[in-house]
Amino acid sequence: MSLDRGLGGPLRVINLGLQVFADDLRAAGVPVVQVDWRPPAGGDPALVALLARLEDDED
Amino acid sequence: MIGAEVWRSFYQDSVALMRLAESLRALDGVEEAAALMGTPANMEILAQAGLATAETATATPGDLVLAVRATGETAVRAALARARELLTERRRAPAAAGRPAPRTLDAALRELPEANVAMISVPGAYAALEAKRALLRGLHVFLFSDNVPLADEIELKRLARRKRLLCMGPDCGTAYLAGVPLGFANVVPRGRVGLVAASGTGLQAVACHLAALGEGVSHGIGVGGRDLSAEVGGAMTTLALEALGADSSTSLVVVISKPPAPEALPALEDAVTRVGKPVVVCCLGAAAPPGTHARWVGTLADAAPAAVAGLRGETWTPRPFGDAAAVRARLAAHAAGARGRSVLGLYTGGTLAHEATLLLEPLLGRAVHGPGAGGDAAPRIIDLGDDEFTRGRPHPMIDPGARAARVREAGRDREVGVLLLDLVLGRAAHPDPAGPLAAAVAEARRAAHADGRSLVAVASVVGTAADPQGLDGQVKTLLAAGIEVLPTNAEAARFAAAVARPDLAPRILGDRP
Repeated sequence: MSLDRGLGGPLRVINLGLQVFADDLRAAGVPVVQVDWRPPAGGDPALVALLARLEDDED
Repeated sequence: MIGAEVWRSFYQDSVALMRLAESLRALDGVEEAAALMGTPANMEILAQAGLATAETATATPGDLVLAVRATGETAVRAALARARELLTERRRAPAAAGRPAPRTLDAALRELPEANVAMISVPGAYAALEAKRALLRGLHVFLFSDNVPLADEIELKRLARRKRLLCMGPDCGTAYLAGVPLGFANVVPRGRVGLVAASGTGLQAVACHLAALGEGVSHGIGVGGRDLSAEVGGAMTTLALEALGADSSTSLVVVISKPPAPEALPALEDAVTRVGKPVVVCCLGAAAPPGTHARWVGTLADAAPAAVAGLRGETWTPRPFGDAAAVRARLAAHAAGARGRSVLGLYTGGTLAHEATLLLEPLLGRAVHGPGAGGDAAPRIIDLGDDEFTRGRPHPMIDPGARAARVREAGRDREVGVLLLDLVLGRAAHPDPAGPLAAAVAEARRAAHADGRSLVAVASVVGTAADPQGLDGQVKTLLAAGIEVLPTNAEAARFAAAVARPDLAPRILGDRP
């Protein structure tokens, strides 16, 4: 949702990390999906950095 | 004896782990318990706590480490068994609610294709990857994680600008989008003031002061503490100002930050000029640049009345205390009694700690931010939310234990005469932060009295009546422990200085220059 369409629209959230944030949003009636997140690449920081570089941002 | 287990590739967030460790500590015979992810920093903490074993040495960052010290083997075994039960329950909970929870952002997007915001609070080393993925998929990002490298922040914000998306953070604690609070946020009414903040607690404080004055927030956009640095150049502050300028529900904008780097100031001033609406700037510690189009104020507490005056076309001038007569009476009550010379600030809000430092230094001398320099009357201000205190444990707004321990210690410190405290309420914060703080202050004051000293505790509360903890009840708990509660952090800091240095009270009260 680009800012060109304004800030006003209803919020729909994907939460990665602290479950308490998703619980609070759900209690406020906001649609939210909690990701059962775990460290990628077995938590290896070098592999994680490589994954970030491989993400395609040429659009 | 010590017992430990390593659960391979088993992730739990820091709040869940804190609660797990708390329930293990409450078991019979358990002296100490830790539940941590196996990062190098956490393994250092484990070693310092004397809980490291040959087993824990094999942990990698993706592994969960459980360690327990208890009176005997039976107690150790019982505690580890209880931990297994609790963890298994937790893992089952989402699956029991229906299908298993998605494990990646893309899987979550298949469940909620119209999602427009990703909230990211995973450990800093992984946060940039997830944030980049979210931006590439067209989502605004609320990036709560800290310890994200500066180079990653610059890249993420560049990408966000190109895609006309908000990258709020890293290290963004609070935001309000379309009336919805994100992260650590107080329950405040929707209204016509737009906020742009490089500080979570700064945003919370201004939103609460606005609510107390009968005004609400249209949107509150967090940008992370480094946004107005030379390197980041205000990339998100300027985009947020543009968005609020175009937003029809916003009539006035408040910018909250530490002083901008000189390199970022022209971009900020330019964006302020283009908003096309009145702007109040609160860059703590910075004076208004010549020719500015905004009203610059000196404290978080002043930002709200300045904004309200701007909205209502009224005039307003800052005053050191809202109710100077009441403050005089309270100060008189503390005139007698032997006590230490020093003010010790123990903060959970980083910006509140910074603001207190700025207010105390001209009165009491240069502040110290680490352990006291023995025999020194200099103020000591400690931000317990700082990275060095939060490695491997939740933020002190969630976990009040670390500060409570320091408050108790202060009771035994002959140098400390005044404790200066903040209390931050709102969503995601501890359900009753005043309870453990009041108990610790009461204990510290008893220890000081037993030693023939008095100890004055001064606090301010960031909160509203609509917060889950309830402002009135929390204030009452503090008052019942003999804590002086002032309406703002700035007033609390000034009050603390006047107690420590009664000779300066007339100047602090504005009775003489």
